[in-house]
Amino acid sequence: MRIAGRGLYDQNRKVSFTFDGRKVEGVNGDTVASALLANDIRLVGRSFKYHRPRGILTAGSEEANALITVGRGAAAEPNLRATVQEVFDGLETRSQNRWPSLAVDALAVNDLMAPFFGAGFYYKTFMWPRKFWEGLYEPFIRRAAGLGALSGQHNEDHYERAFAHCDILVIGGGPAGLMAALTAARSGADVILADEDSRFGGRLLAETGTIDGLPGHQWAEGIVAELATMPNVRLMTRTTVTGAYDGGTFGALERVAQHLPRADHLPRECFWRIVAKRAVLCAGALERPVAFADNDRPGIMNAGAVRAYVNRWGVAPGREVAIFCNNDSAHDTARDLIAAGVRVAAVIDSRAEAPKSDDYRVIAGGVVTGTRGRQGLREIAVTQDGKESRIAADCLAVSGGWNPSVHLTCHMNGRPVWDATLLAFVPRPGSVPGLSTAGACNGRFATSDCLADGVEAAKVALSELGLKAADIAVPQAGAGDYRIEALWAVPGKRRAWLDFQNDVTVKDVRLAAQENFSSVEHMKRYTTQGMSPDQGKNSNVAALAVLADATGRGIPETGTTTYRPPFVPVPIAAMGAGAQGKGFAPQRFTTSHQASVDRHAPMIEAGLWYRPSYFPRPGETHWRQSCDREVTMVRKTVGICDVSTLGKIDIQGKDAAQFLDFVYTNTFSTLPVGRVRYGLMLREDGHVLDDGTTARLSDSHFVMTTTTAAAGLVMRHLEFVAQVLRPELDVQCVSVTEQWAQFGVAGPLSRDLLASLVDDPITDEALPYMGVTDVSVGGVAARLFRISFSGERAYEIAVPARYGQSLYRQLVAQAEVMGGGPYGMEALNVLRIEKGFITHAEIHGRTTAFDIGADRMVSRKKDCIGQAAAARPGLVDENREQLVGLKPVNPDAAVSAGAHLFRSADPATRVNDQGYVTSVCWSPTLTSNLALAFLKNGRARHGERVRLVDHLRKIETLCVVCDPQFLDPEGGRMRG
Amino acid sequence: MARLIATTPCGDLLPAAGGGAILTEAAAVDCYSVAPYKGMEKACSTALKKACGIALPEPNRTASNDGVRVIWSGQGRYLVMAADAPDIFAGIASVTDQSDANATIVLDGATARAILARLTPIDLRDSAMPVGATARSLIGHMSASITRIAADEYELMVMRSMAATLVHEVTESMRGLGARAAATGLGG
Repeated sequence: MRIAGRGLYDQNRKVSFTFDGRKVEGVNGDTVASALLANDIRLVGRSFKYHRPRGILTAGSEEANALITVGRGAAAEPNLRATVQEVFDGLETRSQNRWPSLAVDALAVNDLMAPFFGAGFYYKTFMWPRKFWEGLYEPFIRRAAGLGALSGQHNEDHYERAFAHCDILVIGGGPAGLMAALTAARSGADVILADEDSRFGGRLLAETGTIDGLPGHQWAEGIVAELATMPNVRLMTRTTVTGAYDGGTFGALERVAQHLPRADHLPRECFWRIVAKRAVLCAGALERPVAFADNDRPGIMNAGAVRAYVNRWGVAPGREVAIFCNNDSAHDTARDLIAAGVRVAAVIDSRAEAPKSDDYRVIAGGVVTGTRGRQGLREIAVTQDGKESRIAADCLAVSGGWNPSVHLTCHMNGRPVWDATLLAFVPRPGSVPGLSTAGACNGRFATSDCLADGVEAAKVALSELGLKAADIAVPQAGAGDYRIEALWAVPGKRRAWLDFQNDVTVKDVRLAAQENFSSVEHMKRYTTQGMSPDQGKNSNVAALAVLADATGRGIPETGTTTYRPPFVPVPIAAMGAGAQGKGFAPQRFTTSHQASVDRHAPMIEAGLWYRPSYFPRPGETHWRQSCDREVTMVRKTVGICDVSTLGKIDIQGKDAAQFLDFVYTNTFSTLPVGRVRYGLMLREDGHVLDDGTTARLSDSHFVMTTTTAAAGLVMRHLEFVAQVLRPELDVQCVSVTEQWAQFGVAGPLSRDLLASLVDDPITDEALPYMGVTDVSVGGVAARLFRISFSGERAYEIAVPARYGQSLYRQLVAQAEVMGGGPYGMEALNVLRIEKGFITHAEIHGRTTAFDIGADRMVSRKKDCIGQAAAARPGLVDENREQLVGLKPVNPDAAVSAGAHLFRSADPATRVNDQGYVTSVCWSPTLTSNLALAFLKNGRARHGERVRLVDHLRKIETLCVVCDPQFLDPEGGRMRG
Repeated sequence: MARLIATTPCGDLLPAAGGGAILTEAAAVDCYSVAPYKGMEKACSTALKKACGIALPEPNRTASNDGVRVIWSGQGRYLVMAADAPDIFAGIASVTDQSDANATIVLDGATARAILARLTPIDLRDSAMPVGATARSLIGHMSASITRIAADEYELMVMRSMAATLVHEVTESMRGLGARAAATGLGG
C-alpha cells in the first residue's frame, strides 16, 4: 500500500510495468519490489526445492526470495532481484520456478513430500540402480528444483568491460563512505566512490535520523553535490564492487542500463577492473532473520527492509504489522510505522529486558512460534512464559541482528573475527593489503560512529599515500545504542528456514551434524546452505550458530565458510564483454586476403591468420579437384602462394652469427653472405622446437624464418636466449613478419615468371638454390630468396607490406598467363608431403632431431641449446619411433592422420602399437595416397608391410614403409 | 615490368566517428626500429641529437622535434620516425625498417580517454600518462603501442595484419560509449 506523502520519490511520476503479464503501476524511483508491495502483491516467487510461496525478504542486493526474470525471448534475464531491479515504462517481469502459475504451482506437491527431501536425500535415495542417476534421477531433480532458466538463445545484448585507476577507492556510499570520499577528495586524492544502489546514502535513505540537523538523505545529497563538482572524483552508482584481488585490483559490476529500455549498442552492464592504491570498505551491514516455525511466508521480512519501504519508497508492506526481534534496532521499525500511520500489532522482543513503549505493545521475553496464511501471512503465534497466543498480522518484521558486510575483507583468504558483544563477525584488520574498513561493516553501527570512522579511515589512507589530509569536521548525528541478545532459532517441531534461497532448515543443519558433517564446510556442502545466488548472505551466521549449538562448540570455534568473489552474481556476458564474435580473438589478414576472397577461396584459420584453403575454378565441386589441379600446376608450370604468415626475424649485431650457432643445431657462422641455410632449433630438453631457413644479408645481419605456428614462440625464445642465457652477446632481434609481404613462386616456370616482373635479370649463377639477393620490382626494393617447400624450383619474393596486395595480384595474373595460378594451403600441404618436408604435424613437441632423421644436423663441433639433452640414451634409442613414409599397397586405400601402426600379423591393440600417422594426402603426382608416420626403428624397416589402423574412423589399410621423400629424393628438380 | 601500388593497413575502414571522438589512420611515415649495440645507448642519443636535435627518450616517453619523432618501444628499443635512421645510427645500432609493420591510428576527441579505458588496462590519468607519454600494453587481445600525442589525442599502433580488428575494437568502444552517453551520461 502506498502511503501518500511519504518516501523520497515524487508519487505523481507514474511508471507502468508488468509482472506475470499483469500491469502494475509504480512511481519513478521504485524497485520492482517496492512497486509490488505498493500494489499489495506479496506472493512473488516459489522456493527452490519445496516450491513454497515466497514474498520479499529484503530491500537490497542480498534478496533471497524475490528473484524474477526480466525481459523476454533472447533478451530474458533470469534471477534478477526484484529488490534491485528498478522499474521503467515497458519493463516486463516474470516470477520463476512455478508451473502453471505462481498462485497454482503443481510442484508445490514437493512440500508435502518434505520429510523425504531433507538434506542429502538424493545421496541416500537414488543409489540404485547406479546408471539411473545420470539418465533419470538427476535430470528429474534438476527440473523439479531450480531458479530461473536461461533462454537458450544467443545473447544479442551489448556488454562492456572497462578499467579505472584511482588513489583511493571508497566502496559503499553510506555515511561512512561519503565522509571517507569527501575527506580524500578535499585532500586532493583521485577518488572513486562506488555504490550498488541507484543513489548514494546507504541506510540514510531508509532511516529517519538527522545529520547536522538535516534528514540523512538530504545531508547525503549535499555531500554528493559537492563531490560531483570535483574533477578528482568519479561517482559510480549502480556499481557493486564484487571482489578484491591482488595488487589493489577490484572487480566491479555496473548496471549501466538495467533500469532503461534497450537501445542500440547501449551496454546492459559493465564489468570494471578498478586499480586503487588504497581502498576503504564502507559496505555497511546486512540484517539477518531469525529461524522459527514457518518463517518463510510472504509478508515476513526483515525489519530494516520494512523501514526502507516505509521511509524511502513510502510503501507500507502490510496494514497490520507485527515485529519480532532480539535487538533495539527493530524498535525503530515500530516507531517509523506508527509515524507513517501504519498499525503495529505488537513488538515481540525475545529479551526479558526489552525497551518499553507507550506507543505500541511490547511482548518482552516472547518469541514467534508459528505463522499462518497459505499465500501470504495472516496470523502469528506468539509464546510468552510458556503460553501461546495468536496475533493477526499481514506483515511480520523480523530482526535477528546485523551482520557487518565483511565479504571483501575475506577475498584473499582472511578470516573474520567473532565479536561476542555484537554477536557478529567483524573484519580482521589487514586481511586485504591496502584495504581498510569503516562504519557498519567494521561493526560500528551508530551513524555518528560511521561518520567519524569514514573520516579517520580516509586520513590513514591519505597519510599512507603521502598526502596531507584536509581539515574536516565530523558531522553531528545520533549515537544510538545497539543492544542484542542471542536468538538464532526458536525451538519447535515445524520446519524453520535458515537459507530461504536453497530451502535449508534448522532441521537440515542438525541432521548434518548428526551424520557427522560437523565441519562448517562439510555442513554447507551436505545441506547446500549458502550455495545459492545470495551465497548465504541471509543465512550463514545463523546456520553456523545452529551448527555450533548442535555440535556443542562455540561460534568462533565453528568458524565461517570461505567468502569468495563475486559479492553479487556477475553475468559471464559482462566479464567476457566484447569477446563475442569478432571480438573473440584478433583476426590477422595477409595483404593478399581480399584477392583470395575475390577468387572465392575458402579462408581457414591458421592460428590467428586467415589463409586460403584452395582456389575453386568453374566446374570444380570438391576441394580435392581444386587441390589436385593446384598441385599439378606447381609441378608442371608455376604457382603463387602467400607465405607472409611465416615468422620473419631480423637478427643483427656483431655476435649475430655466434648467437645463431647457439640457437640452431647446425652452424650458421660458416654461411656465406648471400646464402640461405635450413636450420633446426631444439628446446632445452632436446626435442625439436621449430625449423626454418635463415639468410645471411651481411656479416652481422641475418633474417630468420620460422613456421607460422611457432612465430611468436621462436621470437620469445630468441629474446630469452639473448637476455638471459647469452647476455654477453651483442645481438638484436626484431620481428619483421609484418614489414614484409612474402610470396612463394614455385614450379618449373617460376624463374621465367619472376624475370617478367623483376627489374633485374635472374640467373642461376647469381641466385643458385639456397641463395638470396636484393632485387627491385618496379623500383621498389625487394628481397628474393631461392628456397623451396615443394621440391620444385622455387623462389620467395618479399616486398614492403604496402605493396603486397599489388604484387600478389600481378604475380597471379602473370602466372595465369603462363598456365599457372594461385595455390592454397591444401596444395601446399600435398606438395610438402610428396617431398617429405615436415611441419608441426611432425615436430609436435615430442620428437627429436634423431626421430625426424636430422640427427646429423646436430653439430658436435659446437654447443647449442638442447644438444646435451638430445644425447640422452632415451632420445637416441633406435627403437624410438622414426619418421617414415607409408604407401598403401592399394594406392586408393584410405589412410588417416592419427591412425596407429601395427605389424601385419599382430592384433591392433595398444600393447602392439608400433607407431602413428601424422600427415596424409592424395598425391596427384604419384597417383597414390601417401602418409608420413613415426614407426619404431622405422629407418631400418623400409620395404616392410605394416597395418595402418584407425579405430575411430574404422580404417584399416596395409601399407609399405618407405623413405619419407616420396618424390625426387635427390633434389634435382629444386636445385634446377 | 611491374608497377606496384601501395595500400594502407586500414584502407577504407577509416575514418570513423562516434562516442564523441573521431578515428583516423595516421599518415604513412618512414619508421625504423633502432636497437643500440651493446654500450652504444649514449652514442646513439648523441648521434640523434646531432642530426635531429633530440635525445633518445626515457622509458615510456617520446621525443619529437621538427617532424622527427622517437617513441620508446621497449628495453633498448626505439621507433624513429621521419628521420634517416640507417644513416644516423650507422655502426652504432641495429636499424630495421618497420615502415610497413604497423597499423597506426589516431583517436581524437574529448572522450578519447574514456573510449580507451574500455580497451586497455593501463592507467590513462594525467599523472601516469601525460601528453608525450607512451606505453606498450594491450588493446583488447592485441599487443599495442599507445602514445598520448595531445591532451585528447592518442596514437594506437598494432601489427599491420590486425588493422581490421583494431578498427573493430575501437569503433565498438566508441559506439558503446556514444550509446551510454545518450542514455545516462558518460559515467567515466
